[in-house]
Amino acid sequence: MYFAAKDTAKSPMKFWLTSVFLFLLANIIILQDSHAQRGIREIHQERSLYRNIIVTEDSSRRCLRFTITRRTGQNQSCRFLENPQALVFPYAKMTLSSLLVQDAPQRILIIGLGGGTLPEVYHTLFPEAEIIISEIDEAVLNVAEDFFDFEQTDKIKVDIGDGRVYVKRAALRNESFDLVIIDAFNGEYIPEHLMTEEFLEEIKQLLPEDGMLVSNTFSTSRLYDAESQTYHNVFGEIINLRMNNTGNRIIIASQQSLPDLNTLNRRAANWRSRLEVFNMDVTDYPRFMSKEVDWNTEERPLTDQYSPANLLNN
Amino acid sequence: MAESIASLNNLLVLCLAFVSGFIIMSIELLGGRILAPYFGSSIFVWGSIITVFMLSLSLGYLFGGKLSLRNPSLKLHGSFFVLAAFLLIPLILFGNQIMEALFLVIEDPRYGSLIVSMLLFFLPTAVLGMIAPYSVRLLVIDSHRSGHVAGTLYFVSTMGSALGTLATSFYLVLWFEVNQILITMGLILLLSGILAIFSHKTFHANKAALDIS
Repeated sequence: MYFAAKDTAKSPMKFWLTSVFLFLLANIIILQDSHAQRGIREIHQERSLYRNIIVTEDSSRRCLRFTITRRTGQNQSCRFLENPQALVFPYAKMTLSSLLVQDAPQRILIIGLGGGTLPEVYHTLFPEAEIIISEIDEAVLNVAEDFFDFEQTDKIKVDIGDGRVYVKRAALRNESFDLVIIDAFNGEYIPEHLMTEEFLEEIKQLLPEDGMLVSNTFSTSRLYDAESQTYHNVFGEIINLRMNNTGNRIIIASQQSLPDLNTLNRRAANWRSRLEVFNMDVTDYPRFMSKEVDWNTEERPLTDQYSPANLLNN
Repeated sequence: MAESIASLNNLLVLCLAFVSGFIIMSIELLGGRILAPYFGSSIFVWGSIITVFMLSLSLGYLFGGKLSLRNPSLKLHGSFFVLAAFLLIPLILFGNQIMEALFLVIEDPRYGSLIVSMLLFFLPTAVLGMIAPYSVRLLVIDSHRSGHVAGTLYFVSTMGSALGTLATSFYLVLWFEVNQILITMGLILLLSGILAIFSHKTFHANKAALDIS
């Protein structure tokens, strides 16, 4: 104590630096504590070219998050430890409910791997279907393989590279996919070049007549109007799936006319038992699927020339 | 009289350095946006763009410095701006065709983006790079003050670059289309060039009049 007083008298600078250091240390300890209280442990950290990837675990689930700091990172993907097949996130269940619009896909393209949840689910449902995942970040693939039991097989293949480039090349090769899922997030939102009219036109080239595009987006952003108008310009009528308890919005777009509520309900009844294993009751979903134009149609759509998506999102 | 005209000219050279700094970084920032539809937003796309900008600027500095040895004039200085404006035309008009052609030929997105960056950005950026050393020559009167002049010039042009980056990434892409921004940059370069050439003419006309009286 005496020495400390003596030190501070001699060097106020040192005193301030010590105070700041102690303050930061206390914060770190408090932060660690709040994590510890909730029982969240960090079991793996991986630094990639694009981001930090953290795998966390508590008593019930294991999660993958892209993060800047511990507190601001969003979980990109989670799974229950006891029952890995049960889906944790509403968005995954919402995506899956698009099967009511168009089922039995033979070739599926998923842009964005995350923890590999969606590929696993679709593989379980359609073991014969070929599933290709375009993922920009090799570190995400490594983490999915090491911590989420993701496995590449002759039916499930991952292409490391940018989703936009994959789609362009696939169109040149005249490939077709009955189902394309955009599930690409960079930790903040969807990368800007994956939101434009031109990109959706390129995806349209991959879709056969009965093909379907399913996009995982957010409903709570200034971007809602621009995003909706962009999809509308390319596909005409779209189905919006928004639910009360989540900020996710799934956009379902198809080349064909979209089914009405009665048809959706009937199909949901048929699908119900097959989807129960994923911890969802699919009959809850049709009433949230809307074809209504609930956005401002005057909003400027996003194009390669104009796509300030991440600025609009703030 | 002659002195005040000379200091006006110096001010003009500094303003032009600011403009070129602003435009170089604005175009570089738009480069990422321009390439993304064909080559994605992978880290090597930015790597390619930055490489090409650094390379073209370095060669521009070298060549601009060399040109400043012979009869330095505001007229030639202004013509760099005019030339740079015209060199932006292929990027604006044929950018997509050029990228599409290379996308088909080169499978590897690293070299695809590098070569496309070369084709689209090398010439205009190299010409813009010639402006800085040439400006130093126009401003330096005695070698004693050359460091001070160069320092002021770098300050002004790099400040332009900082503001160009900020304005483009924060606001311009929010308000305008990529090509609208590029066309505006081209027009600003053209006007700057014409202004410099015009100033050269009036400076010489005034100087001649003063010499006679």
